[in-house]
Amino acid sequence: MASQIAVGAVEPGCKKVDPILVADKVKRQFGGLVAVDVDHVEIPRGMITALIGPNGAGKTTFFNLLTGFDKPNTGSWSFEGRNLAGLSSYKVARLGMIRTFQLTKALSLLTVIDNMRLGSQTQRGESLLAALLKPLWKKREAEITAEADDLLKRFKLDAKREDYAASLSGGQRKLLEMARALMGKPKLVMLDEPMAGVNPALTQSLLEHIKQLKSNGTTVLFVEHDMHMVRHISDWVIVMAEGKVVAEGPPAEVMKNPAVIDAYLGAHHDTDLGTMQKKGN
Amino acid sequence: MDWGAILTLAVKELISPIAVTYILCAIGLSVHFGYTGLLNFGQAAFAAIGGYGLAIGILTFQLPLPLAVVFGLICSALFAVVLGIPTLRLRADYLAIVTIAAAEIFRYFMTTIGFANVTGGSNGLSQFGSEFWKLNPLPDMDYGFGAFTYRNDQIFIMLTGWILVAICALIVWLLMRSPWGRVLRGIREDEDAVRSLGKNVFVYKLQALIFGGLFASIGGMIFVLNLSNVQPQSWGTTFTFMIWTVLLLGGAATVLGPIVGTLVFFFLLSLTQGILGGLVDIGVLPFLSDPQVGQIRFILIGLALMLLVIFRPQGIFGNKREMQFNG
Repeated sequence: MASQIAVGAVEPGCKKVDPILVADKVKRQFGGLVAVDVDHVEIPRGMITALIGPNGAGKTTFFNLLTGFDKPNTGSWSFEGRNLAGLSSYKVARLGMIRTFQLTKALSLLTVIDNMRLGSQTQRGESLLAALLKPLWKKREAEITAEADDLLKRFKLDAKREDYAASLSGGQRKLLEMARALMGKPKLVMLDEPMAGVNPALTQSLLEHIKQLKSNGTTVLFVEHDMHMVRHISDWVIVMAEGKVVAEGPPAEVMKNPAVIDAYLGAHHDTDLGTMQKKGN
Repeated sequence: MDWGAILTLAVKELISPIAVTYILCAIGLSVHFGYTGLLNFGQAAFAAIGGYGLAIGILTFQLPLPLAVVFGLICSALFAVVLGIPTLRLRADYLAIVTIAAAEIFRYFMTTIGFANVTGGSNGLSQFGSEFWKLNPLPDMDYGFGAFTYRNDQIFIMLTGWILVAICALIVWLLMRSPWGRVLRGIREDEDAVRSLGKNVFVYKLQALIFGGLFASIGGMIFVLNLSNVQPQSWGTTFTFMIWTVLLLGGAATVLGPIVGTLVFFFLLSLTQGILGGLVDIGVLPFLSDPQVGQIRFILIGLALMLLVIFRPQGIFGNKREMQFNG
């Protein structure tokens, strides 16, 4: 498995056979604190990659940097060979790299279906002049509504179609945000803790969705603390600690890595980490 | 007390060109605040720029009326761009501070003697309306019945104003049901989320700021044409806050809200004045004098607004369902 993804030795910052995202020397300081200091990392195309690490490891900051929501002090990164450094966040999204947020950003006073429609990228009706004339965007609107309904059904949100997003529960908002991100037809979807606050039954179906994304050719990069999920669906795991990539590799091997156990998992990770986490939440 | 006269006066206030000005400014503010979430506390400046742009275009640049209107609108759009570029990237509250300051700066600028040959200084400008009145197709006579008898000129400007209100409301309705309007509402809720979906939030906010400003400028033009003069003191912060009042009264993110809000506001303002004034005249309220009535009615209206915001925060036309989540 490892040999299909990585080139050469599996070590932090190793080269990949077919990287979709390559980051180099990305450094972000907040005053004296170095939040992210990634020397080199590559995300394999068409795979599900998990980004794990203890709280404060810089995972979300790294997400923010890659997607243009924050600017690094130094560094460069490219998506499908295109340099992204300095590009604004909406342009990054248009290139096909769409993220979700750790603290969900459902658009509260828009209906669920409107949230979904907003996710679609190529809409003529979103330009001011075309907006005035419904015939110009009516057909496209019907198309994206059909797409949206389809996704809502898959995410079991179709019953909530006309409700305000504000009326959804925390877990449902997570689902909505993920479904909304998929409306943009991303090549790389970046999920920041997709499972936080989602109940076990839904977790199962979410896992299926993520696997399905992979089989459709979408690359997935996600931050997650739920080790069961990481082990279950990821092809590759990258471990961050104190802003640096400290380990990477296939999930089974990474979780045996002493450095990872020390920094993150703890000695009992194999026994009952999952239940311990549930209690913690 | 003559109830007939009091009611008649109140209704006349409703259909006056002043009400039209308020409606247009409130429609603009609904685009800013109601739909996009931009806290614009300088709506008076947008209206003033419309009025001054029209007057200066005609008097200083000798433009024909249509070009002077366009000149006023361009000035308004430029003002929005100048305000927007530094502030729209920042949090919403910065825009509030900058707009209220910019509106005051504009007003004081118009008052300064240094530019009085163009702006008229604190006296303002007048005699710019002749071309507008010449457009009046109505023969010079009285129209209407009883107390509602108007000269042809008054009918003309009221008609023009109300047609503009209809057009502007239609435009806002068309825009807000479109995907463009959806992006604006998304920005109001959470602009980072909208950004993450690939929308250029800055451009949308700038478009909304310009667009809402244009409505206010058109309102300002009706205002100055009706009065036949434009003066800096008309455009103080009170004007802006009255616009906010009527907007919140009617419902911020609705098409009819600004219209109904203005109508209710003017009707109540005139009615309380009439009733209180009448009561003072017949000696029922011996502790009040006539000038005090003018102030008391604002206190009463303020009280009514407080009750409204507490018990019906979404305004008259707002969607009750929407407000359940803000409490």
